[in-house]
Amino acid sequence: MMDALILDSVVLGYGDRPVVSDLSFSLAPGEIGCLLGGSGCGKTTVLRAIAGFEPLQGGRIALNGHWVADAQWRLAPERRQIGMVFQDYALFPHLTVANNVAFGLREWSRVDQSRRVAEMLSLVGLADVERRYPHELSGGQQQRVALARALAPGPTLLLMDEPFSNLDVELRERLSIDVHHILKATGTTGLLVTHNQQEAFAMADRVGVMLGGGMQQWASPYALYHEPATRHVATFVGDGVFLPAHVRGQNCIDFELGQLCRIQPVDVPDGAEVDVLIRPDDIQHDDASPVRAKVLERVFRGAAFLYTLELTSGDRVLSLVPSHHDHQIGEMIGIRLEIDHLVAFPKEAI
Amino acid sequence: MHSRGSIWHWRGWGPFRALVIAALTLVPLLVVLASFFDPQPEVWSHLATYVLPGVLWNTVVLIFGVGAGVLFLGVPLAWLTAVCDFPGRRFFAWSLMLPLAMPAYVLAFVQVGLLDFTGPVQTWLRDWLGTSNWFPPIRSTGGVVLVLTLAFYPYVYLLARNAFITQGLRAVEAAQALGYSRAQAFWKVALPMARPWIAGGMTLALMETLADFGSVSIFSFDTFTTAIYKAWFALFNLPAASQLASLLVMFVLVLAAVDQRLRQNRRYAAKNYSPVRIRLQGGARWGAILFCSVILAMAFVVPLIQLLVWVYSVWHEDFDGRYPVFLLHSIWLAGLAAVAVTVLGLLLSAIRHHHRDPLTQWIVRLATLGYAIPGTVLAVGVFIPIAWLDNQLLTLASWFGWETSQILKGSLLVMLLALSARFLAVAYQPIDAAMQRITRNQGNAARSLGLSPRQTLMRLQLPMVRGGLLTAALIVFVDVMKEMPITLMTRPFGWDTLAVRVFEMTSEGMWDRAALPSLAIVLAGLLPVILLVRKSESGLH
Repeated sequence: MMDALILDSVVLGYGDRPVVSDLSFSLAPGEIGCLLGGSGCGKTTVLRAIAGFEPLQGGRIALNGHWVADAQWRLAPERRQIGMVFQDYALFPHLTVANNVAFGLREWSRVDQSRRVAEMLSLVGLADVERRYPHELSGGQQQRVALARALAPGPTLLLMDEPFSNLDVELRERLSIDVHHILKATGTTGLLVTHNQQEAFAMADRVGVMLGGGMQQWASPYALYHEPATRHVATFVGDGVFLPAHVRGQNCIDFELGQLCRIQPVDVPDGAEVDVLIRPDDIQHDDASPVRAKVLERVFRGAAFLYTLELTSGDRVLSLVPSHHDHQIGEMIGIRLEIDHLVAFPKEAI
Repeated sequence: MHSRGSIWHWRGWGPFRALVIAALTLVPLLVVLASFFDPQPEVWSHLATYVLPGVLWNTVVLIFGVGAGVLFLGVPLAWLTAVCDFPGRRFFAWSLMLPLAMPAYVLAFVQVGLLDFTGPVQTWLRDWLGTSNWFPPIRSTGGVVLVLTLAFYPYVYLLARNAFITQGLRAVEAAQALGYSRAQAFWKVALPMARPWIAGGMTLALMETLADFGSVSIFSFDTFTTAIYKAWFALFNLPAASQLASLLVMFVLVLAAVDQRLRQNRRYAAKNYSPVRIRLQGGARWGAILFCSVILAMAFVVPLIQLLVWVYSVWHEDFDGRYPVFLLHSIWLAGLAAVAVTVLGLLLSAIRHHHRDPLTQWIVRLATLGYAIPGTVLAVGVFIPIAWLDNQLLTLASWFGWETSQILKGSLLVMLLALSARFLAVAYQPIDAAMQRITRNQGNAARSLGLSPRQTLMRLQLPMVRGGLLTAALIVFVDVMKEMPITLMTRPFGWDTLAVRVFEMTSEGMWDRAALPSLAIVLAGLLPVILLVRKSESGLH
């Protein structure tokens, strides 16, 4: 089966100023992808290039097996059959909700149009507001209308630019799950751009972490968290700290908390100094453990405490501990290392 | 599909495109200014001896008199209706804008008719008290200043009220929390904060004062506009007219520069409108009601009643075969100008949004300078190049054996060009405001839903600016109907409109005969004021 979206060595920029360099990734039909990164990493520019609003300086883009843009040529946006949800929703203020949704259906018959509009609005759970105007709706409702409008013509690919960033946290979580289900139910391929990793994890099958116009890693959320390819991905995705260690033999690592063996081979030579990524869930609280650490800070998170602990060496680690273990600041507690995925990077001169 | 390389879409065209429209304003302006730098000694010596001393003095008196007048009416009225509370406040808040519907020249002749020695007020006073000799003469400098103040205070009122509503009471409360009394807070905080708005309103009022032709000629009060008109029609001395116009432009350009400067200082805070008001008690309450009532009565209600009385008395003889012709001419001219100017305004706004370079933006601002230039000046500035062009055309025509005395000069074209230059800014502002509400993403959304750029224009941009276009057309229509000097000076022979009729009747002192065309103008003038009232009241309650 051919890919729904392919970016092949895409280069983007304004004039002499490069924004995105040599970006490649692809999405299979029905898959949901996400570009994750801080502001200025070029993720929105990539989205606009796929939609056809930005010219390519190099590389090429294919939709459903057809090349739609390269450095010399680009297909006009209106001929790409792409749906787009904008950060500010870009609803048309002079049209009712129903007419907004029907905007892309102008070549359909009246009957088909109204059937489709009703279908789309019930899909996004807004069947009762079709006669209202955008300004009469709440932010979350406007977001759903924007989604319904983009999905109505049955696009092969739906692009979403920070679709939930104007909503409050609770609504954002609920909507991102809803939208995930809607895309899966309609079999729509989706590409989302966001700076919020919770959103990325909730929505996407594959996430690309971008930094400075380049792709650091393109993988499943699970892999991003547990097997980050770069230091940037390791720190950007999830909590965690680096602890110094050194490699012994083929598959053992020594560090303050003990020795770890029988893990996947580490791709660094014997005896090298490395930094090992320690996630809060890698540190287990264990009163029987001989290794002790001092509680420096504690953040109550309901089901768990997130403790910041100081080891005897002075290094600090985070630990997620079930909240019935209520320890005070300054207390010494026993900890044990439990790592399934060892992530180590060659030591960096800081 | 891909427009790269097409010369038509070259981004660098912006300044040229803007310049084509700006020429409408810039050519007359430069023509007039050129005569300032080409002084003709004999013309100047005549002007300097017989015309300028009086005209200059009168102009200075008007600037200071009307400037102070609009300040003393506009600011307190704005404060009372924006921040205080007293019985009738909501009524006064909108009704105090009504005088905008009444052209200054209508107010002028009605006030003269009312307050002159033979008018109803002094006659009544004599019947009652035996004498009215103590009554100040209305045909005086004070009278002109009074009438122009009553006509133009709404500019200050509108802008100051806007400033007070958005930031006034909140600022006063903040100052009170810091230990100021309410009166101190007004003088130390609220008033200084509103200064850019108040000064902006005053500049507009002064521009209108300098441009005014109708009222000062009713008072036989010589200013630049009347002097230009006399040089043009009584003396047929075009050089003198353009020399005078160039001097007037100097005054006006200073005001326009001040205005542009002030606009940049006006930063609107978010509309955090507070429903809490200062409740006036006792004497202050009655004082506020009395003040608002007197101003409203003098500037609008009494003049309107007097107009109706006159219309009633002359209705039968005046509504003859000629009146419909004046009306038709007015509507035809105003309609034509409204369409032309609205199209020009739309083009100018489209150019500004398509070409974002600073040079284009600057030229667009120059193009909208016409609102500051008095009609008399524009009439001169348009007529001179058209007359020159006409001579060239006549030479050309005679080669083809076509003998005629004028081609362009006597046509509606001259009038339309001058009117367009004057009212372009009026049309441009609502259109551009509507344009600015269309975001780039809305355009992109339409494209991604399958619409070509052309279809996007038809189905998104045009429907979204439609309101702005209608507002623009309406305001220009009414402004052209009210307009007097350009129509008077550039109309084709015998092409009389309502405003021309008013001028002719008032110049013979026949106030009652001027009432019927004036009433039509005032009624038309109410339309944009209603729009304005609705706009300024929406979201405030």
